[in-house]
Amino acid sequence: MSDPSLFDALFGAGNHTVVIDGHFVAGPARLGDTPVAVIGSWDAAAVDGDLALAIAGEILRVVEADAGATPRPIVFVADTQGQALSRREELLGLNGAFAHVARCVDLARRSGHPTVALIHGEAVSGGFLAFGMLADRVVALPGAQVRVMDLRAMSRVTKIEFDRLQTLAQHSPVFAPGADNYWRMGAVHALWHDAGADWRAPLAMALAEAVDAAGHDGRAALGAERGGRTLAAAVAREVANEVAGG
Amino acid sequence: MSAKRVSYFEASARARVAALVDPGSFTEFCPPAQRRTSPHLAQLDAPVAFDDGVVVGAATVDGKPVLIAAQEGQFNGGAVGEVHGAKIRGLLERAARERPAAVLLLVDSGGVRLHEANAGLIAISEIMRALMAAQAAGVPVFALVGGACGAFGGMGIVTRLCDEVIMSEEGRLGLSGPEVIETVKGVGEFDSRDRSLVWRVTGGKLRRGLGEATRLVDDDASAFRAAAVAALTHHRNAPADLASLKAAQAALTERRATHPDTRDGLEVWRTLGLAQPEAVPMLASDEFNRQLDALATEV
Repeated sequence: MSDPSLFDALFGAGNHTVVIDGHFVAGPARLGDTPVAVIGSWDAAAVDGDLALAIAGEILRVVEADAGATPRPIVFVADTQGQALSRREELLGLNGAFAHVARCVDLARRSGHPTVALIHGEAVSGGFLAFGMLADRVVALPGAQVRVMDLRAMSRVTKIEFDRLQTLAQHSPVFAPGADNYWRMGAVHALWHDAGADWRAPLAMALAEAVDAAGHDGRAALGAERGGRTLAAAVAREVANEVAGG
Repeated sequence: MSAKRVSYFEASARARVAALVDPGSFTEFCPPAQRRTSPHLAQLDAPVAFDDGVVVGAATVDGKPVLIAAQEGQFNGGAVGEVHGAKIRGLLERAARERPAAVLLLVDSGGVRLHEANAGLIAISEIMRALMAAQAAGVPVFALVGGACGAFGGMGIVTRLCDEVIMSEEGRLGLSGPEVIETVKGVGEFDSRDRSLVWRVTGGKLRRGLGEATRLVDDDASAFRAAAVAALTHHRNAPADLASLKAAQAALTERRATHPDTRDGLEVWRTLGLAQPEAVPMLASDEFNRQLDALATEV
C-alpha cells in the first residue's frame, strides 16, 4: 500500500515537496546536496491514458528544464495493479501511450538523467513495463509485489493445476509472482529489507550504480549470474553475433 | 502479375518471411537444428518448438539488407518466453552493430507467455530497450501486423515503438485483448464474441485512421512486401528527441479530447468526417486509404 512517509524515508523530512494527486505522484526532492525529480504512479494505479500522459509529460518537463544544466536523477515510483482494462482505452491505443512513456524514459536516459525505479506496493505487467522496468536500476521496497498474473488465474488460463504450479514455483522463478523471483532473474537489482528505515544511503548508492549502468542493459547477464535466467543472455548473444551463413 | 494471392493472415511465420524477402536471400540465426527449445514449457509438459515460436535472420528486400523476425502465431499464440524474446532482442542488438537498411518485425503475438510469465515480461522490456537503441543507432524498425493473434500485450507496446506500422484490416493492435477485458469487466464493457465490434476497436483501419498504423494493406503477402519495399525507400521516424516527443505528447492529449467518450470505431469514422461510417469495415484498403487521404488534403 502506498504510504506518503516513504518520501521522508527516502530524502529525510523537509527535503521533498512531492505531491500526490490521485494515482499520480511527482515533485522535487533533495538527496543530500543533489536535486532529484520524483515521478510515478501511486496507490495501486490501474494505468490509463491520462496517467501515462501525466508521467510522460512530467519526464519531458524535467528533461527540458535541465537542458544545458546537470541532468537531475529521476526516481520513479511504481505502484500499479497493471494497465487499465477498458474498451475506450483500447480504442484510443493505450499500448501507444505506454510506448510514448517508454520513449520519454529513453530520452531521459540518453539526456544523461540517472534513473532509478522503486517498486512501492505492487508492480504488475503492462503498468510496470511502461516506465518502472526501463530504469537503469530497479529496487523493490519491503512488501513489494511483482507479477504478471497471480497463480490461480494463471492456472485457469493455462489449464495447469494450481497445486502443480505452486510446487514448481518453489524452485523456478520464471512464472510465479514475487519480487525475489525478479531479483533472481536480474530485472530487480536490489531488494531493500528493513521497513521504516532511513533509505538515504541505499538510494544514493542506487543512483551511483544507475550512473555506471547508463546505456547498458545488463539484466540478462545479471539473471544468468544469479541463476534465475540462464538462457536469455546466451541466446541473445548467439543471435547478435552468429556469422551469417555459418 | 498472375501470382496466386497468398493470405498473410493464414500464412505461417516461415511462409511470411519467404513471401517478403528476395528469393534465396534468407539466412536464419539460431535455426531449428540448434534445438533452442523452452525448458520452461517442457517442465510443465507443454509442447515445445525447435525455434521457440520465432524465426530470426538476415535477408535482402528489394536488394537492401534487412534483419527480420517473424513470430509464429500457431505456436502458443506467438507468446514471448525467455528464448523467444532473447532471439528478438539479439536481432535488434545485431542491428545496432550491423546497421542494416531496416529491421522487420513480423508481429503475431498475444504478448507474454504465461508458462514463463516473468521471463517473458522481462524479455519484452529488454526488446523495448534494444529496439530504441537500434533506432538511436540510426536503424529504422518496421512492424508488420496481419496475423490471427494480432499484436497485444507487451508486443502491442513494442509495435508502437516502431518507425512504421504496416497493417491489414485483419491484423489487430492493442494492449489488453477483448477476452481479458470481458473476463474482468464484464460483457457490457467489451463483448469479445462480437467480432465486428472487436475489429472496430482494434483493427487495422481504426489504427490507420488514428495514425498509429502508417500503412494499411490488403490481406495479401505481396501487398505487405510492397509496403515494406516502399518503407525502405521512405519511412517515417518514431519521435525520439525532446521536440518530437513534446509534439507526440500534445497529439496524444488532443486525441483524448477529440474523441471524448468514444468506445466504438464507428464514432471515430464519424468524427474524422468519413462520408459513410457504417460502410468503412467493408471497404477495400485502397478505397479506405483514398478516402482518408482525401480528408487529410481537405483540411
